[in-house]
Amino acid sequence: MIRLEPQHRADKRREVISIEHLWAGYDQEAVLKDINLSVRELDFIGLIGPNGGGKTTLLKVLLGLLQPTQGKVRVMGKSIREGRRYIGYVPQSVEFDQDFPIKVWDVVRMGRLGRRRLLQRYTAEDDEIVMEAVQSVDMLNLLDRPIGALSGGQRQRVYIARALATEPEILLLDEPMSSVDPQVSNNVYELLRQLNERITILMVTHDMSVISSYVKTVGCLNRRLFYHGGKQITPDMLEAAYQCPIDLIAHGVSHRVFPEHMPPTNAKDPQRATEPPKTLSAPASGEWSH
Amino acid sequence: MIEVWTLFIRVIEALQFGFMRNALIAGVLISIACGIIGTFVVIKRIVFISGGIAHAAYGGIGLGYYLKTNPVLGAIVFSLAAAFGMGMVQRKTRQRTDTIIGVMWAIGMALGIILVDLTEGYKADLMSYLFGSILAVPGSDLWVMLALDLVIVALVASFYKELLAVSFDETFAMVENVPVDTIYVILLCMIALTVVMLMRVVGLIMVIALLTIPAAISGHFVKDMRKMMTLASILGVIFTTTGLWLSYFLNLTSGATIILVAGSTYLLSLAVKPLTRQRHVVNEAGGR
Repeated sequence: MIRLEPQHRADKRREVISIEHLWAGYDQEAVLKDINLSVRELDFIGLIGPNGGGKTTLLKVLLGLLQPTQGKVRVMGKSIREGRRYIGYVPQSVEFDQDFPIKVWDVVRMGRLGRRRLLQRYTAEDDEIVMEAVQSVDMLNLLDRPIGALSGGQRQRVYIARALATEPEILLLDEPMSSVDPQVSNNVYELLRQLNERITILMVTHDMSVISSYVKTVGCLNRRLFYHGGKQITPDMLEAAYQCPIDLIAHGVSHRVFPEHMPPTNAKDPQRATEPPKTLSAPASGEWSH
Repeated sequence: MIEVWTLFIRVIEALQFGFMRNALIAGVLISIACGIIGTFVVIKRIVFISGGIAHAAYGGIGLGYYLKTNPVLGAIVFSLAAAFGMGMVQRKTRQRTDTIIGVMWAIGMALGIILVDLTEGYKADLMSYLFGSILAVPGSDLWVMLALDLVIVALVASFYKELLAVSFDETFAMVENVPVDTIYVILLCMIALTVVMLMRVVGLIMVIALLTIPAAISGHFVKDMRKMMTLASILGVIFTTTGLWLSYFLNLTSGATIILVAGSTYLLSLAVKPLTRQRHVVNEAGGR
């Protein structure tokens, strides 16, 4: 297997997350192996990878929900327990109780929990910040809606607003569009791009087509992390991550994630790269499985 | 007209009895706890663990008989211990937690039965703990119920934002440094106390029904946790009062009658629910 160290660019931007030689997993099995990643201010990184490749595990480590077995992780130069208050977490919205008695306003206000101790009430300042967060995702007119009465895209906006209400330096998104149709997800990604003007974003996803047009850099995660700090997914990254040749669809998006004239079957033979690009084979929905 | 008048006279007569007044007051007092705690049981989907706590409390009843002390004290100790134990198992082990909780549930009950077997002499009131006897609630118990209500209201009001967060999205609450385990144990202990209160009225076996049904119905109609608690408490009062009068006039077991009133209302609300859903969808479509 090819091992690729993350490229250390000469970068003056502040490092917001640093992961060095991280190993993590459940019971005796390591799911993440020797992960190295440096996230810098205003990065917009998309991590893709197969199911079971460790995307969720990596998020759990960053959120302090899973103790790494080895390695060092710093968030804003601090330990995870201290540093995670700079992280705004946007969960998957798949498992969800439609009947839960809660309104948009109350969900977003949960973002203020970290700033208030037990027995302390929310303040007027909290309400102001919640209001701003709701406004920035354009949901003001639905404040009093029960969360179960929202569409998938609206709900995702609410979760983003909740993350914003924590006043984060970094947004961490887990499969943000897994239950949302493409039209709507483009709107939400556009929102993320705007937010990225002031907030660093790290996102794990299946959805390659969107990754290509909205994120700044891409990595592949399958137990190990293949990240060059570049925008394109190279064939060797993919082969290393998925352990079999995979073609990509780049239907109708402005940027190709896959360099042209380089069918992955010939990845190691650049001489033959003049062949017309072969695309298609991965399912369009972005469900990756062998 | 005359029949209504006779009924009225009989109600007035019944109210002359101290036990009837006590029973009605007890119904109101437990309904408050039921509405508040039942809402958490329903939305957090911990009906099973609540049932476990209720049944394990029987071990405490047995212990009370065996040691010749007040069985209610035993039930309080056992249900709190079950709440801690089951809560820990659920949070800390990666075993099949529902199996372990089921086992603890059964052991608690079995222990109670054996301890009662070992107790010499006449076992007064034993059945009332299993099947309830709201008509036998003494005045002193009403004060205990009031105190427990106040404790529950105070705790829920103090930890409202954390309880809501832990119920809605535990992972997020954890990331926000909410002491999720502590809040969860507090919730389970409140369930344990509510179980002991309800035991006098409907009995341990049917506790879970009165804990869940009012909240479940309420959840069909309101989408805000505070309102859900309030409506559930009001429904609880209606169910206990109606059930009590029915059992008085028809000479039936009070606990079971209350549960049947609540249960049939629940089934009715299930039938009505699709209608309200539809209206909601129409509203949404109209709003855009």
